Amino acid sequence: MTAALPALPVLLPAFGAGMSLLRLPRPVMRGLSIAVLTAVVACGAALLVLADRHGPQALHVGGWPAPLGITLVADRLSSLLLTVSALVALAVLLFAIGQGTAEERRSSAVVFHPAYLVLVTGVSLAYLTGDLFNLFVAFEVMLAASYVLITLDADENRTRAGMTYTIVSLTSSLLFLSLVALVYAATGTVTLAQLGPRLAELPDGLRSALALLLLSVLGIKAAIVPLHFWLPDSYPTAPAPITAVFAALLTKVGVYALLRTQTLLFPRTGVWILLACAAVITMIVGILGALAQDDLNRLLSFTLVSHIGFMLFGIALFDVQGLTGTILYVVHHIVVQAALFLVAGLAVRRTGTAALHRMATRPKPGPLVVTLFVVPALSLSGIPPLSGFVAKLALLRAGIAQGTPAAYALAGTALLTSLLTLSTMTRVWMAAFMGRPPGRPEERPAKPPGTGRDRPSGTRLMLAAAAGMTTTGVAVAVCAGPLAGLGERAAEDLLHPREYRSAVLEGSRR
Amino acid sequence: MNTIDVTMALVVGGLFAIGFYLMLQRSLMRIVLGFILLGHGTNLLLLVAGGTPGRPPVPDGTTDASARVADPLPQAMALTAIVITFGLTAFLMALAYRSWRLSGHDEVHDDVEDRLIGTVRERAEAGPVPGREEGGTAPGEGR
Repeated sequence: MTAALPALPVLLPAFGAGMSLLRLPRPVMRGLSIAVLTAVVACGAALLVLADRHGPQALHVGGWPAPLGITLVADRLSSLLLTVSALVALAVLLFAIGQGTAEERRSSAVVFHPAYLVLVTGVSLAYLTGDLFNLFVAFEVMLAASYVLITLDADENRTRAGMTYTIVSLTSSLLFLSLVALVYAATGTVTLAQLGPRLAELPDGLRSALALLLLSVLGIKAAIVPLHFWLPDSYPTAPAPITAVFAALLTKVGVYALLRTQTLLFPRTGVWILLACAAVITMIVGILGALAQDDLNRLLSFTLVSHIGFMLFGIALFDVQGLTGTILYVVHHIVVQAALFLVAGLAVRRTGTAALHRMATRPKPGPLVVTLFVVPALSLSGIPPLSGFVAKLALLRAGIAQGTPAAYALAGTALLTSLLTLSTMTRVWMAAFMGRPPGRPEERPAKPPGTGRDRPSGTRLMLAAAAGMTTTGVAVAVCAGPLAGLGERAAEDLLHPREYRSAVLEGSRR
Repeated sequence: MNTIDVTMALVVGGLFAIGFYLMLQRSLMRIVLGFILLGHGTNLLLLVAGGTPGRPPVPDGTTDASARVADPLPQAMALTAIVITFGLTAFLMALAYRSWRLSGHDEVHDDVEDRLIGTVRERAEAGPVPGREEGGTAPGEGR
């Protein structure tokens, strides 16, 4: 049973997606999706415990040994992120069911559940896969589902945004495939565990070219400035739960892939100046973009871009402390960004607009929604004692400990960006949640189409999902000690992947 | 050691060049065609990565077979990739068709919010524009 465990997070959602294609009654479909995602969370947690106690868990699918067959590997990093991602996916699913995005019309009901489960399949596969080509397939599975979700019931505006998103993602996928071909031609393998030593034998120029191509491919997927342009353009147009799950998971899978491939394939010593520059630019450009926005969802999308820079910060430092910081930051950011987008969805629903200057004149959301916004917003800005503070502290300490000029520059930019994030969040707070609408009888919040029939139970479910995310964010801060320990062990694994290699290549399952 | 077939290399390079050129156009149909060509180029590249062409897929038992069989792995990868690009091409066509149905033409539009932000200074210099309150149809509206 434990031997087959790494396959379950991939197989269960795929199976669920197939089942939900049948014309099931709505309650059954909902129950099925919720059950599948709960099971994935449980599998992720079990894998995390196993990987932490007994080292990486490798599964050779079909019994073919590593370089030939498909290998799934769950080590500390991948199972940690898998658990957190599945948890967020579950909360967002509940929110979507509450909002009615899931089954607003008969046509979207048939599409939403399968597409959502396929998305989770892709995300799980991306975390667990042990070879480069399967990573490509996982990205494709994930992105194909996201193309469907972003254009679900689309109007003209969303079709345009979805088109941009689809074309940019497809281009990066084809580049990824070219990279796989080039790597195979150069080394004769695509298994991640084998590639490190083989790539080390290549001439320097070829090796750097491959590393750069990989960086730009994953840079598009993770929205690293200057390859971020597609993200604030397309994400905000989707319905709130879909934006939330994209923001929480898709870019983080890109960061995870960057973390995994750079440490396994192109290990280096000392600061990676190129990525450090990219991190600085990403942080600054992202947050300045957020300051300029008036649309709430676009603003949050730009903060998402900016905070990708924090994750690059740790990877650029390339030591145990830096990678620990990145891992903590990814965990924190998956939860907090999802919570923010969900609450933004609630606020937009209440006020009937996403434009901040209009929100100021509309009736305000209730105190519960306001609380649910404040906690993740402060956490994102890094106010103690919330999870953002823990993650940022880990990164800053890593930067100071390394003490090179590049590390100081990164740390300084990170502090500045945190300050600007706080200012951005304050602006949102003032416009959307604080103050009183002017005395004149303001136009009633024009109910956007599709939100007309709010059921109280639906609203309660949405609030519960958002509250669950916020609570998880707080829980990340409460468990900071054990989590930091786990992150450090995971970072050690990344920098010294001997255990990972032996688990994959020797098939020792223990 | 593998030798590279120059013809194949040129074909792959040509497909990439034309594909990217077409993708940079504004018409959706050309973008879709560009994607198709780019996909073909990538799949060919995968096949080229398999090594010297002309080797048999299955050893016939007469010649020394050990080193003379074609590498099956890039072929398997190319097959998977062909399926993926085929499915996504179909999706892209459907999306382009829907875009054409909704907007009546075949061009990629500018983003409204981008244009609003881009013209902030001009609009401020032109004085208090009414467009800010009623004209600007922010994309978030009516969600």
